[in-house]
Amino acid sequence: MTGDLILRIVAKLLMPYMLLFALYVQFHGDYGPGGGFQAGVIAAAAIVFYAITFGLAAAQRLVPERLVERLLALGVLLYAGVGLAGLALGGSYLDYFVLAHDPVHGQHRGIFWVEAGVGITVAAVMLKLFYMFAARGRDAGDL
Amino acid sequence: MAATVVALAVQRNLFGAVVLFGVYSFLMATVLVALDAVDVAMTEAAVGAGVSTVLLLGALYLVGGMEAKPLARPLVPLVLSVAVGAVLAYGMQGLPAFSDPQAPIHTHVAPRYLKEGPKETGVPNVVTAVLASYRGFDTLGETLVVFTAGAGVIALLRRRQRKNK
Repeated sequence: MTGDLILRIVAKLLMPYMLLFALYVQFHGDYGPGGGFQAGVIAAAAIVFYAITFGLAAAQRLVPERLVERLLALGVLLYAGVGLAGLALGGSYLDYFVLAHDPVHGQHRGIFWVEAGVGITVAAVMLKLFYMFAARGRDAGDL
Repeated sequence: MAATVVALAVQRNLFGAVVLFGVYSFLMATVLVALDAVDVAMTEAAVGAGVSTVLLLGALYLVGGMEAKPLARPLVPLVLSVAVGAVLAYGMQGLPAFSDPQAPIHTHVAPRYLKEGPKETGVPNVVTAVLASYRGFDTLGETLVVFTAGAGVIALLRRRQRKNK
């Protein structure tokens, strides 16, 4: 599977657009359909695509497993941290109105960071799942 | 969609079943688009048809391609699933008619979200506003569920790997 030239070229051409689309879905979620969950899955799918085409080892060089594990926790902490920031600035937990002088602006800021946290965690979990299963296959035979 | 489900049920080749499963997810996504739930349709297409297919194919690589012959005729599960289906169909009679504006779901908090949401949050996409702001605690819980699932898989599979070495 890793020796196919056409697949490799197409994968290299498509990868930047897939990642860009993930970012678009992530940050355009306020205005159009999309958000953290969808963006996270799309980003993870791009890396999975890379792993299928170029092999698991190449993907793990690109996105090391340690980094994925860190991101897994970072996303949840970011989300919870937004809640604590609201608490620290005098609101309730996960109260976004206090995050900026203008309440609407504060809402915007809160939603942005919360969605970012969701996206990071979802992408990391999906990727980690794939890495774990693929690595089991490699132990049994070779992928 | 019904044809896909029937084909799925009779399919003995697991590879074919996985592909049909992906087809079903894409059909489901088109249904959700037709219902104007674009956010959900996007998730269905990405998770149901994309990532689950890849994970199922990965599992298939580990277990081999053909379904084992069932040992006994599965009569009890058949009766049970038909019974549950009948109960669900009976329950659906009690639902309000589709797109009925007087249905309880449209008269509780939804009008407030639709009317005040864009003003209060400055976010035009109401789905995002509800998800991240009005229902922020729920979404935090969901993120924690995803995180816990990932942590669980890590805990289970890593021990297995170490034992192998």
